[in-house]
Amino acid sequence: MKGWLIHHRAALAAAFRRLWATPLNTLLSLIVIGIALTLPAFGYVALDNLRDLGRNASSVQQISLFMSLDASKKDVGEIESRLRQAANSKWRFVPKEDALKRMQTNEGMAEIVASLPRNPLPDAFIVEPANTEPEALEILRKEIAGWPKVAHVQLDSAWVKRFDAFLRLGKLALWMLAGLFGAGLVAVTFNTIRLQVMAQSAEIEVARMIGATDGFIRRPFYYFGALQGALGGLLAAALVLLALRLLAGPVGELAALYGGNFSLRPPGIVETAGLTALGALLGWLGAQLSVSLSLRKLD
Amino acid sequence: MIEASNLTKRYPGGFEAVKDASFSIGAGQMVLITGHSGAGKTTLVKLISTIERPTSGSLVVNGQNLAALGRSAIPHVRRHFGLVFQDQKLLFDRNALENVLLPLQIAGLPRREAIRRAQAALDKVGLLPREKANPIALSGGEQQRLAIARAVVNRPTILIADEPTGNLDSESGLAILDIFADFHRVGVTVVVATHDESWIERYHPNVMRLDHGRVVA
Repeated sequence: MKGWLIHHRAALAAAFRRLWATPLNTLLSLIVIGIALTLPAFGYVALDNLRDLGRNASSVQQISLFMSLDASKKDVGEIESRLRQAANSKWRFVPKEDALKRMQTNEGMAEIVASLPRNPLPDAFIVEPANTEPEALEILRKEIAGWPKVAHVQLDSAWVKRFDAFLRLGKLALWMLAGLFGAGLVAVTFNTIRLQVMAQSAEIEVARMIGATDGFIRRPFYYFGALQGALGGLLAAALVLLALRLLAGPVGELAALYGGNFSLRPPGIVETAGLTALGALLGWLGAQLSVSLSLRKLD
Repeated sequence: MIEASNLTKRYPGGFEAVKDASFSIGAGQMVLITGHSGAGKTTLVKLISTIERPTSGSLVVNGQNLAALGRSAIPHVRRHFGLVFQDQKLLFDRNALENVLLPLQIAGLPRREAIRRAQAALDKVGLLPREKANPIALSGGEQQRLAIARAVVNRPTILIADEPTGNLDSESGLAILDIFADFHRVGVTVVVATHDESWIERYHPNVMRLDHGRVVA
């Protein structure tokens, strides 16, 4: 166990030394890896923000429930009780008298409303479900439509579906982009390590002759790949953060023009750690492929 | 300690460098493998040190049949040997001490203990004052002594050398021979392949003579 720890510590130290030994090469590799990870990471953060934007747009999440004109107070109470049980949703009741008053305040409607023999508007409920997935909204809409004395249930599902389809398309494009750039990262690490193995072929030959295991020879390269990938991931997180800071002002102004109050959410510690870990994993993968192929050539 | 029976090494193309060799080397012996150029000395040394695998026959070292060893077991077997090559195979991107440290790093020794042992090995071959020197700054004899320090630092049970004095003048060569003799005196089994027969008069080792791959004496 002690020997194992000594080997790993020595391999990690060797990986750091190799990174420091050629600072310009290291910097260039980190920039390439950083940019390769920045593009999909920025896409992820942008989609995440868009999803938040969709959730925050209340009109998207609302279901309007209109009662029959002949619904009694008891019927309204029944619906209230069902809404309480039905879903983890917020809702409010809009009595038909309030709806009529609001209608009267609209320009040119006061006279028309005054000429009506009776209130033509029904009692209504505005429901804001907690689960805003289009499928969940549709299921809830159908359920509510089946309740007694419910005349009509309105859900702006087309808008929700379009928005959701856009997000799904964005997610798919993002995965494709991430796959491409991930392959790029693996290729960069592969090439860097291939050159290192070639440069150290004499050392590898001697080490093998005097009893080095494959693990002893491979380990420093694995650490190097993982370390380079992790640093690239950190750089990518920093670049995403910088881009979001630059965009925050213009996005806020745009949101204000639409009467909203929206701000971009930067990647948190979990996302940054995830990006770093992903970089390390891809770097390790590149190192693994490169060392296996290069050592086979030296055999 | 080393038992060979009908040992044969055939290279691709059909050339047999070692043919049907059977011999026995006891623990603590000093054995000189000699013969003309191309007799199979280097191949035999490579077979004993597991750098080459036998084509047929058996080769038992320290109770292990090297012919039947799995690939993953070979590095662990090699750690029992100290290997010295004619071309030394030193690493020129590190200093003398770091060259000697390599086998100890492979063995997983703590750094402080490894440095202590590496310095002791350098001291034994008279190179401690030059521990910080790059091998390229050392003379041929010093480079060979450095290679010996690296070979013995792990306290091997068998010290194997292939033409260790081949590139040296007679004075440096004698100094190297003395170092091998010193290790033999403290109980290390020493196997040296060389065409330089002046060793025989000086140290009276056991001699194994090869001719066209066959053990003839």
